[in-house]
Amino acid sequence: MKITESEVRYVADLAQLNLGEDEIEKLCADLSQILTYMEKLNQLDTSGVEPMAQVLYDAEETATLRDDRPHEPLGQGVALLNAPMAGAGHFKIPKVIER
Amino acid sequence: MDIAALTVEEIRVGLEARRFSAREVTEETLRFAQAENPKTNAYLCFSPERALQSAARVDEKLARGEDPGTLAGVPVAVKDVIVTQGVRTTCGSRLLENYTPPYDATAVERLEAAGGILLGKTNCDEFAMGSSNENSAFGPVRNPLATDRVPGGSSGGPAAAVAQGTAVVALGSDTGGSVRQPASFCGVVGVTPTYGRVSRYGLVAFASSLDHIGPLARNVRDAASLLQVIAGRDPRDATSAFAPVPDYCALLDGKVRGVRIGLPREYFEGLSRETGDLIERSIATLKKLGCEVREISLPHTEYAIGCYYIICTAEASSNLARYDSVRYGRRSAAVETLSDMYRNTRGEGFGAECKRRIMLGAYVLSAGYYDAYYLKAQKVRTLIARDFAEAFREVDAVVTPVSPFPAFRLGEKVDDPLAMYLSDIYTITGDLAGIPCMSVPCGTTSEGLPVGMQILTRHFDEAGMLRLADAFERAGGAEG
Repeated sequence: MKITESEVRYVADLAQLNLGEDEIEKLCADLSQILTYMEKLNQLDTSGVEPMAQVLYDAEETATLRDDRPHEPLGQGVALLNAPMAGAGHFKIPKVIER
Repeated sequence: MDIAALTVEEIRVGLEARRFSAREVTEETLRFAQAENPKTNAYLCFSPERALQSAARVDEKLARGEDPGTLAGVPVAVKDVIVTQGVRTTCGSRLLENYTPPYDATAVERLEAAGGILLGKTNCDEFAMGSSNENSAFGPVRNPLATDRVPGGSSGGPAAAVAQGTAVVALGSDTGGSVRQPASFCGVVGVTPTYGRVSRYGLVAFASSLDHIGPLARNVRDAASLLQVIAGRDPRDATSAFAPVPDYCALLDGKVRGVRIGLPREYFEGLSRETGDLIERSIATLKKLGCEVREISLPHTEYAIGCYYIICTAEASSNLARYDSVRYGRRSAAVETLSDMYRNTRGEGFGAECKRRIMLGAYVLSAGYYDAYYLKAQKVRTLIARDFAEAFREVDAVVTPVSPFPAFRLGEKVDDPLAMYLSDIYTITGDLAGIPCMSVPCGTTSEGLPVGMQILTRHFDEAGMLRLADAFERAGGAEG
């Protein structure tokens, strides 16, 4: 499996990740090597095997449901404490709507 | 009081006999830890105020004649991927350099309720991704037993702190071996409980179908005490299990005669010579203890690494999508547009290993590849879990090495990510199957490097696993 530079750029775009030219070059090599190793799984016939979507099945389907009652919230002030930019009780981000 | 060698029980006895107070234990340990820390870089921060408040509560309870709890006065180090209210939690990442959580993880809440003392937060690979602790944005951790070597990862800080004696026990997290491998490299006990045994509420998510919180300690009994306190259902973690929690310490009764042990032949290929010798001698000890040892096969072992790195990177790329610098985390200075903000923040904030895993995960989940990678890996995971289910029809425990080799040198594997991934060969299967597994020290190599033996048991049979480890430890490990 050979991963090209344009594939790396495409995936980085999906992942919202800005990469430098040297990083792109290194990732081409790393991803190619690791994905080639992963091809080993194709040696196995898995037809008829259920995917392991759940790790454990010890509880009934509804066991983890709780009563729909409100909890004490964190509070606006506390929730905003770690925001890189906040104002007027909100999280602030760059403007997304142009006038 | 020898701070660096204290056990949970010694602290309890000392407190009850009024030989020392919880405040004294806390102050002495803090002083010792702060002085010793530059040798290993195990701690990223200390929490003296909170520690002394907890110690005061324990001393007040003792003065009133109340039960101060299972972990009364026990200094605990907590891996920096587990959130602590008011105590900075970085996950070893530049992105969270200034993150101060507004709440406590359930495991932290429980250990403090049991009288435990949160001493500080310990170093780890960024977002728990790594096998050497070299991926921390705040510098690598050094192995206290050989400072030119790695402590293992990703719970390198917790393992080093416990080995160094700067904490009595520690909380780590394990996704593919991140508690057991550093425990083996540092010569301490590391326990990965059954998936769901311990609440992950407040554990910063890496790969949700594989993440566990687990204890590290200098002996099996201390690890059992910590597990006792943190185990059990938590309504705030829907994946936490309802299964009742037995009294683990009471079950450390040495009754291991007749325990059937399986040695999977696939785990004994490619071991370094000294690791192989020590494991062989450990098996001889288990036989002397009256265990019935037989060879077994776990035929899908060779597919485990490929399977694991597809699933964990896929889940990691989804979990790490939350680092968008809106609600928390460091924001890039270059933010003209919203898109810039995301891309530059993430590009500047994540280290090389996180980027590699985000990219791998995004690739295997991308349109057209989902079936070939993620779905395929989930099916292979079923086969790996079935291997263990089959084995446990014939045996009560599976015993293997933890790592093919002891602690390697800093820098030795950083340039070869695949070689680093391959070093997780023996530990990832337990996480994939969701079964309890642990590392118990068996001895040291001629260079003085510790080697760990891994024990794996059936779902929720932590008691059987700990009983066997405790008997083995008391028999002297490989020297028994």
